Amino acid sequence: MAELSNAVDIATAVRNGSVSAVAVLDQYLARIDSRESSIHAFNLVTREQARSMAAKVDADVKAGRDPGPLAGVPIALKDNMCTRGVPTTCSSRILEGWKPPYDATVVTRLAEAGAVFVGKTNLDEFAMGSSTENSAFGVTYNPHDTSRVSGGSSGGSAAAVAAGFAAASLGSDTGGSIRQPAALCGVVGVKPTYGTVSRYGLVAFASSLDQIGPFTVDVRDAAVLLEAMSGHDPLDSTSIPQPALSLQGSLDRDVKGLRIGRITDLPGGSDPEVEARLAESFEALAAAGATIVDVELPSMKYGLTAYYLIAPAEASSNLARYDGVRYGLRVDAADTNAMYMATRAAGFGDEVKRRIMLGTYALSAGYYDAYYGKALKVRRLISDDFARAYQKADVLLTPTSPIVAFPVGAKVDDPLSMYLCDVFTIPTNLAGHPAMSVPFGTGAHGLPVGVQVLAPTLGESVMFQVAAHLERVAPGGAK
Amino acid sequence: MPETPQARISPDAVAKVARLARLDVTPAEVDRLTNQLAGMLEHFADIDALDLAAVEPMTQPYPLVNVMRDDVVKPGLDRDEVLAVAPAAEDGRFRVPPIIGLEG
Repeated sequence: MAELSNAVDIATAVRNGSVSAVAVLDQYLARIDSRESSIHAFNLVTREQARSMAAKVDADVKAGRDPGPLAGVPIALKDNMCTRGVPTTCSSRILEGWKPPYDATVVTRLAEAGAVFVGKTNLDEFAMGSSTENSAFGVTYNPHDTSRVSGGSSGGSAAAVAAGFAAASLGSDTGGSIRQPAALCGVVGVKPTYGTVSRYGLVAFASSLDQIGPFTVDVRDAAVLLEAMSGHDPLDSTSIPQPALSLQGSLDRDVKGLRIGRITDLPGGSDPEVEARLAESFEALAAAGATIVDVELPSMKYGLTAYYLIAPAEASSNLARYDGVRYGLRVDAADTNAMYMATRAAGFGDEVKRRIMLGTYALSAGYYDAYYGKALKVRRLISDDFARAYQKADVLLTPTSPIVAFPVGAKVDDPLSMYLCDVFTIPTNLAGHPAMSVPFGTGAHGLPVGVQVLAPTLGESVMFQVAAHLERVAPGGAK
Repeated sequence: MPETPQARISPDAVAKVARLARLDVTPAEVDRLTNQLAGMLEHFADIDALDLAAVEPMTQPYPLVNVMRDDVVKPGLDRDEVLAVAPAAEDGRFRVPPIIGLEG
């Protein structure tokens, strides 16, 4: 793996004029040229747009204008974030070729901060999956071992950072879609508190669970990106009315005295080496003066069921908009209803159809109370469990993924075993809390392992404080 | 749980749900989806044993109510730009096939 430069160093060098944004971009484009054909991180590399954004940053520096805190930082965008005039596919045939007429708020904010967009990254179709094998445009391979998956659904964004195709990237996380691929690709991935980063222009999957967050090579970069992206947006009615997060001050704060929660009834089945890395992360924090406290989350084991009823239910409603009328694919037929049915049959892949079916069933007359209604109540139980745990602990630690990156094809025929990849990440989304994955040594086959730091609503400061410490003491990963 | 996985959802129910979801499905897809959905519903039965009578459903993680924008006129999306990416447009509008169905 190439030595990866971080976003903060790039922005510092570009801002003080010691390197040009165009020169930085050329390095990243060269790495894309040499290795993208074996990784397939991107649906589209936006070379020309990147060059003009980099040239604008350089012109600002030359003219003495502030180019922004992310000046010249090459950033990749998950291809479910709207970019005006640039194709946004969600890795689905149903949106192939569609060019949004507006930018997502995160795109606007990062551009204003001086970022340079290098491309749109591959994902599981409409962000439904845990391996980026459900893309209509092919698999994204893990840069650490190209016979293995990159995780998902934001596999392209994770792989782009791990392979050095971008200094940072954005993903979306509905049930673990940032944290799990971050763990499998050995990078940092953050799912912020629901409502801290605007969802305006993020193509909706499950609206009460979706949240945008960054992938970065280190924890400080993630803090800087979140500071640039977060803060109230009037265009998102679920955006929390508060200013942007302030996180960098937490990074060097001592963890002494913090209470780190160990979940005693954590669902089992993790790789032994993953369990060992988690145990070491607790030991490292205890050695630094933190207190390890035992907590119970008895409803966590029901998270998978609640999630796989709620998320498909919301998706079945959100994806009703792909009907061949206003954008994307249309398969012509004699009347509108036949056109809808033919268009959707041709445009959606198997996993998306499966989830639309599951969600439609869970919401249908006679089954609503038994499935969707019950799942919403289980969601409450999980949220209440977390509230009790956070009375005793400041943060909780779990593995991010129970297993390291698995071989391509290993789980494609068994949807339920694929869903089990998300067992540790899903409860966070149900509760709306922040959580992040930090690389912490390796597991089977020398592949990356991530430790997940979970915190209560708007607990990003303490979450970053602990994550920064774990990064400093990670086996073989000290910076 | 005495039911077999197949008993949790029938092929007829799957075909009906596909119509509700506006998805054309082949008979082979109905069979495959019936098996897969039945397997999932079997797994999801783990919550059946929970006593949820007194639990309030949770629909949103961070409740905000009556979020309104200021009542001021602002530019919307550009009509030509929107229609340019539509599958079919005519006279400044989206064009669709006949809405009155040939078969109800």
